[in-house]
Amino acid sequence: MKGRGLAPGGIKVTHSPAKVGAEAPKFLVGRQLRHTEKQPHLHLDLTETAYDAPSPVQQCTDPPQLLLQSCSSNITSLLQHAKRHPIPRILNPTARFWKMSVETQVAADAGVGSQDARWKYLDHIRRNAGPFTDPGATEDEFLAQFEKFKILGAGGLGCEILKNLAMSHFKNIHVIDMDTIDISNLNRQFLFRKADVGKFKAEVAAEFVQKRVEGVSITAHNNRIQDFDEEFYKQFQLVVCGLDSIEARRWINAMLVSIAEEAEDPDAIKPLIDGGTEGFKGQARVIFPSITSCIECQLDMHAPRAAVPLCTIASIPRQPEHCVEWAHIIAWEQEKPFPQLDKDDPEHVTWLYQKALTRAQEFSIPGVTYSLTQGTIKNIIPAIASTNAIIAAACCNEAFKIATTSAPCLGFENNYMMYSGNDSIYTYTFKHEKKDDCPVCGRQARPLEVDPKATLQELVDSLALRPEAQLKKPSIRAEGKTLYMQFPPSLEQQTRPNLGKTLIELGLENGQQVVVTDPAFPLEFNFFFKFKADS
Amino acid sequence: MADVMIQTPPVLQGPSEKERKYDRQLRLWAASGQAALESANILLVNSGSGTVGVETLKNLVLPGIGKFTIADQATVRHEDLGVNFFLDESSLGELRAKACTNFLIELNPEVQGDWHPKSNDSFNLQQLLTTSPPFTLVLYALPLPQDQVQLLHDYARQHTTPIMAVHSVGFYSYFKTTLPGTFPVVDTHPEETVTTDLRLLAPWSELVDFAKDMTKDIDSLDNHEHGHLPLVVILLHQLDQWQQSHGGGYPTKYADKTAFRQTVSDAMRRDNPEGGEENFEEAVAAVMKHVTLPSIPGSLQQVFEYEHQDPADAQSSFWIIAEAVKQFYKEHGCLPVPGGLPDMKAQSGVYIKLQNIYKEKARQDVREVLNSVRSIPGGEEIDSSEVELFCKNARFIKLINSEGGNAVRVDQVVDQELANDEIAAIAGPEMPLSLLPIYLALTATSHVTTDSPHGIIESIGQQAPKAASSERFLKTAQEVSRAGGGELHNISAVTGGMVAQEMIKVITKQYVPIDNTCIFDGIESRCQVLRL
Repeated sequence: MKGRGLAPGGIKVTHSPAKVGAEAPKFLVGRQLRHTEKQPHLHLDLTETAYDAPSPVQQCTDPPQLLLQSCSSNITSLLQHAKRHPIPRILNPTARFWKMSVETQVAADAGVGSQDARWKYLDHIRRNAGPFTDPGATEDEFLAQFEKFKILGAGGLGCEILKNLAMSHFKNIHVIDMDTIDISNLNRQFLFRKADVGKFKAEVAAEFVQKRVEGVSITAHNNRIQDFDEEFYKQFQLVVCGLDSIEARRWINAMLVSIAEEAEDPDAIKPLIDGGTEGFKGQARVIFPSITSCIECQLDMHAPRAAVPLCTIASIPRQPEHCVEWAHIIAWEQEKPFPQLDKDDPEHVTWLYQKALTRAQEFSIPGVTYSLTQGTIKNIIPAIASTNAIIAAACCNEAFKIATTSAPCLGFENNYMMYSGNDSIYTYTFKHEKKDDCPVCGRQARPLEVDPKATLQELVDSLALRPEAQLKKPSIRAEGKTLYMQFPPSLEQQTRPNLGKTLIELGLENGQQVVVTDPAFPLEFNFFFKFKADS
Repeated sequence: MADVMIQTPPVLQGPSEKERKYDRQLRLWAASGQAALESANILLVNSGSGTVGVETLKNLVLPGIGKFTIADQATVRHEDLGVNFFLDESSLGELRAKACTNFLIELNPEVQGDWHPKSNDSFNLQQLLTTSPPFTLVLYALPLPQDQVQLLHDYARQHTTPIMAVHSVGFYSYFKTTLPGTFPVVDTHPEETVTTDLRLLAPWSELVDFAKDMTKDIDSLDNHEHGHLPLVVILLHQLDQWQQSHGGGYPTKYADKTAFRQTVSDAMRRDNPEGGEENFEEAVAAVMKHVTLPSIPGSLQQVFEYEHQDPADAQSSFWIIAEAVKQFYKEHGCLPVPGGLPDMKAQSGVYIKLQNIYKEKARQDVREVLNSVRSIPGGEEIDSSEVELFCKNARFIKLINSEGGNAVRVDQVVDQELANDEIAAIAGPEMPLSLLPIYLALTATSHVTTDSPHGIIESIGQQAPKAASSERFLKTAQEVSRAGGGELHNISAVTGGMVAQEMIKVITKQYVPIDNTCIFDGIESRCQVLRL
């Protein structure tokens, strides 16, 4: 919410994690070096490596102080070596995006010995290649690069994502969430307690995870994702989102595609990992912006729910939801019982509930309840802890695999996992193809099937409902002609008369290009008219 | 089916605090499911690196499980902190069960948590099982010594308690549910779109009369009336016409249905200002799906034909109602009417009347089934609401673990899955390969921390000789061995989420649990459910 008066960057919650200081990274790098010296042919003979992998017991009994002494002097030579010999990547194409410069000082770590023991299991996986592991994954330089990863999490799955990223040993995490904690979050957003209701989610979650997981730094931004610009997003290597609206997903997607397309550098390709849940179902997907199918390419998989015609609500209600919508849209506007409708205020919801109930009784329609009233006006989607856990962890698992290349990730082949736990457990993991006419990452204009006898108003309305467009406040321009503009008010007034005219009357032709913009998205949607044959 | 025509006056102060806190889940499993959760008592026997079980509990504490107990021999070490979120520096050296319990109960003050042992060196699983109040469900995390696994399964058998095993290693995991006997689920929550049952080809007299009355002068109806005929009425009228011109037969074959659909479309008025009628469009769209003869799905057939190994099982209310519904089906050739009517274009009053015709028929059918129930020994006490729910969901009832008594032969499953993989190799990426190798590689380390790929393959070979020579099995064994018995937090979090979903389904008897093993591949990000 821009009106909150927060500077971009928001409130920074930083609990300095540095207990010991800069020796820790030396220790890590040193150990890796030694490991490589022991196994110079690590990448050529994967089977051998797996068979000969040192056992975890061996690793944790190494006295850390000794290692620290023996390796610290190797850092400079290691860095120089890394500069001279870029790491080849063969199996896992994702790895080529992580040419992050090795010159930067590795982030400070906390509690040398205990930190090493703490990450025993995770390090064991990272240092021992499996049969599917990218050959470079266990190289020292690569292991060191992970230390500098800066990762962004956002959205309703935020609690789970933060926990999982911290437990994946990502050390520098930012989180964006503009929401404050509501009591109905407590059944699943496990970092929040009753006493936290009303506080900013990002801040409480960041503080909690930082306190629990030593060595992680989490920066909280109590903002909307739309409050930040390109420069802000450019600082991250990965973005993990569990946003609760399609609009926000489309926005961050468009932002990351634009960053990827404008830069020459592969570093500008910031993988976007997106998760969402509904009841016992969910989905997780990985997008390499500008390279693989993006959220806009996949938009028609989230078709908007068909709206109830206004005439049904106004005059022939049949369902309890019709009565609730009548109370919400018509009765509230007529009576204005409170200056502004607050859908979270029980008093307001109760008012709507009573109105809906009276109307339902008038028409003998059963089924209006408080819960249904609230669910209808807020479009509440059922949500439970377990599904959020599954989807958020599936997303963070992909983030971990992308960043470490310790196993192949989703993205270039299969890029989308659908999960359903309603009837047994079913997953469908598949490749969603990139679309050439995607308005965000494609190059071609997209056909817009229209009836030439339809009015411009009908076309404007239809853009909100078409699964492939879903634009609620569209402005439309044709080549050399402004058809309808929502903003500014003067232009809106000037173009409004066009709304009543048919496309034919406006002189538009079959095949003609039109550009649609919407204030919710920082981009233009290119279409061309495809006139329907006379029906 | 609550009697929806009776409406309580509005409450002025909205829902209670508890209803607000649990609102998002009550929309899934309602107050009945919540009550089942709140009276559940769960045991977790933890082991290994100890995360997947605790992640499961987190997802049960949040929705308000009644009580949980963690039994775990371990004391907290540094490496636990890197994989288990419900521990921190202050837990080091403490009993892991105690430390995790304390961090878990913070999540929800309504949940009770306990741990075992109370002091170092006093771990005694047998004692815990005999002295604790009965557990609703037992979950154990592998690897666990064989004798402890045996102890837990003995307990589960004696107390007819569902028991689950979970094992998470590196990028792989699986979990397996063992239910005490056949587990019927009535409240399966099918998708709304499939539940509609309009009985257009088996209408009863009230419905026929209603449709006839509305369409007796159909051509003289004005455009407004004609444009608001409900699709049910349109289709019944058109079916009547069809029967008259087709010797009393119904359009049941595909070609006939297509022709019938055309006649419905032709009956639409197009000379009105809109150039068509929405209600007729709805009727046209409903033909293929709803002009169907009553039938029963295989899953219900299975219920009707089920033979009890133990006659005592047949005494449960589910089986008594099933018997009564079977009688109903034999007599009428169709199931009780479920009673729902989807929204369709119609005048309010007309729609409500039609809705009541369906509801009244549903009530009548429930009464008939209830009468049969009452006449079956043991059926006198069965609640009518249970009969209502059964009748409403009859087409979607599922039997889980119906072959509980028959042991699965792993080598046969391996043969089957290897054969499927051969087909999949030809079919290409559309058909994924079996995840059975993951299960077998993990079970090779059920009772030991870890093993070499050789050791794993050897162990698999003992169960299924064919598997030992397969390259995929070898690679999977390498991948399991690579993890050195450690968990990855993300994999255990995914798995803990799935196990929690399964436990919720078993405890609430809502939605459909797995039958009986789910394997997760965190490399390819997908699952497979197999009966093993």
